[in-house]
Amino acid sequence: MALSTAEVARLAELARIALTPEDLERLAPQLDVILEAVASVSEVAGADVPPTSHALALTNVFRPDAVRPSLGVEDALASAPAVEDERFRVPRILGEEQ
Amino acid sequence: MNDLMDYDDVMAAYDPVLGMEVHVELNTASKMFCGCDNASGGAPNTTTCPVCLGLPGSLPVVNGKAVESAIRIGLALNCEVATWCRFARKNYFYPDMTKNFQTSQYDEPICFDGHLDLEVDGRTYRIEIERVHMEEDAGKLTHAGATGRIHGAEYSLVDYNRAGTPLMEIVTKPIRGLGEHAPAVGRAYMAHLRELMRALGVSDARMEAGNLRCDANVSLMPKGDDELGTRTETKNVNSLRSVEGALRFEIQRQGAILAAGGRVHQETRHWHEEGWTSPGRSKEQAEDYRYFPEPDLVPVAPSREWVEELRATLPEPPAARRARLQDAWGFTDLEMRDVLGNEGSLDLIDATVAAGATAASARKWWLGELARRANEAGVDLAEVGVTPAEVAAVQALVDAGTVNDKLARQVFDGVIAGEGSPDAVVAARGLAVVSDDGALGAAVDAAIAANPDVAQKIRDGKVQAAGALIGQVMKEMRGKADAARVREILLEKLT
Repeated sequence: MALSTAEVARLAELARIALTPEDLERLAPQLDVILEAVASVSEVAGADVPPTSHALALTNVFRPDAVRPSLGVEDALASAPAVEDERFRVPRILGEEQ
Repeated sequence: MNDLMDYDDVMAAYDPVLGMEVHVELNTASKMFCGCDNASGGAPNTTTCPVCLGLPGSLPVVNGKAVESAIRIGLALNCEVATWCRFARKNYFYPDMTKNFQTSQYDEPICFDGHLDLEVDGRTYRIEIERVHMEEDAGKLTHAGATGRIHGAEYSLVDYNRAGTPLMEIVTKPIRGLGEHAPAVGRAYMAHLRELMRALGVSDARMEAGNLRCDANVSLMPKGDDELGTRTETKNVNSLRSVEGALRFEIQRQGAILAAGGRVHQETRHWHEEGWTSPGRSKEQAEDYRYFPEPDLVPVAPSREWVEELRATLPEPPAARRARLQDAWGFTDLEMRDVLGNEGSLDLIDATVAAGATAASARKWWLGELARRANEAGVDLAEVGVTPAEVAAVQALVDAGTVNDKLARQVFDGVIAGEGSPDAVVAARGLAVVSDDGALGAAVDAAIAANPDVAQKIRDGKVQAAGALIGQVMKEMRGKADAARVREILLEKLT
C-alpha cells in the first residue's frame, strides 16, 4: 500500500505543518516505510490479542472530587507569549469554533 | 437572506427529523482531570493548573465523582452502562484548548442505548438516546474586535477557568414522526433534561449560564420517503424558547430551499435571539479529528455492583414525582400548572410542606407574595431570601393568630432584611396582632363615636356596613389587630 502525496498533504494540513511539493514527494515514501513497519505488528498479533492503548493493565484510576490549589493567575500567565486583562492573548481565528 | 416557507405548507409536504446534542456541565467540586476549583465566575485564569493548561509533563487523573454522575445520568435515561470504555483525544487546533485536543470519548461512550419518554400536549413521545459520553469543557474566548472595545483588533483573549470542567454530552438518535410538533418536542426534551439534571443533583443546569447547551439538528424528509434529508446543526441554542424558535426557523428555511428545488447544505448555523439562524462553518470537507485512545488515562470499567449501587441512588423520575405531589397536595390541574410554570416553586413548596405548612398555604406564599418579590428583585424564586422553613414558620404564626396576612408580609420584610427568624422579627418589630379585648374594645368604641351614622346603620341591621368601622379600627391599630375579633366585638356592641 503506497501512501499518496495527496494523503500526506491532507495530514500535514490537519497537523498545521507547511510542506512544499518537494517535501511531499520526499516524505510520502518515508512515511510509507514507517507505516509498513508498524503494520507488521498486526501480522504477529492474532485476532485474540486486543490492541493496547496503555502500558499498564489498570482500570478505574480515579481521584476523589476534592479541590486542590490552582497555580494562581500570575504563574498561569507566566509563560504566555502575550497577556491582556489577565488573559492569554492569541491570534484571532474566526469560523473554527468547536 | 433567508427565504422562509409557511410552516403549515412545510408540514403538508415534509416530515421533520430532529437530533439533539446536549452538553451538560457537571457541578462537581473539582474539574474533570485535575483538582482545580470547578466553580464558575471567578476572575480570569485563577482556577488553572498544569493539567488544565495542558503544560508539558502534566498528567490527568479522572474525577471519580464525574464518572459516578455520568453513570447516574445514563441510568436515569434508561441507558446501558459500558463494562469497559476509554477516553479518546479529539484533535483540533483552536485556542479554547491549549493541548490542541479535547479529552473526550469516541466509539466507547460510558452509556448508550437509552430512552426518555416525554409528554407533550397529552401525547407521549419516546426519545431514543444514542449515547452519553464524558469529556471536558473548553476555555472562554473573547474576540477583541467583537466587543467594539478594541476596534479592528485581530486577536482574542482566553480565560481557561472553564477548561477542564466535566462535560457530559447526551446525543439522541434521529427523532422521527413528530410532524408539526417537532419544535415543541425539542423544547420539551430540553426542559425534561434540565429537570432531570437538577433532580439528580449533577448539574446546576442553568441554560442562561451555559451549564446546559443544546445543538439542535434538523432535516426534512419528503412525506412518504424513508431516507433522511441533509441536516443542519444550530449551535448553542441556550434557552427553551430558542430551542423551539431555532427548530421552527430551520424547518421553514429548509422547506423553502427544498420546495424551490434546491439542496440544503450540511453546515453548522448560529442562532440569533432575534429569531433567525445564519450559516457558520461549512462542513463540505468532512471533519477529521483523528481520534485515538488517550494514552495518559487508563480505561474505565464500572463493576456491575457499582452500577447497581448508583441505580439505587436515582431520584424519583420527575414526571412521577409531579403526579405524586399533585395528588398529595390536592391541587387542581390549573393550580399545578401555575406551580410548574413558576421555576423552582415545586421544590420550594415541597420543602415548605415538609417543614409543617399546608400545601395550600405554601402555594399561596410562594406563588403570591414571594414570587412578586423575586420578580421585582429579578432573582430566582429560590434566591428571594426566604427559606421554606421560614415560610412554614410565618404560616404557623398566621395559624396561631399571632400575625395576620398583612403583618406576615412585614415579617417577610424583616426576614429578607436579615433581622432573624420570623419569631425574632415579630418580637423585634412588635408585629404581633393585638388580641387584648380591652385595647380592641377601646378602639371599637372610638370608631363608633367617630362614625355615628355608620354605627346607626349597623344597629338598624345593615351588618355589611361593619366593614367601614372594622377598617377604621385596623387603621387605628396600624394593622396589628385580629380583624375577625374586631368584627365580633363590634357586632356585640351594636346588635
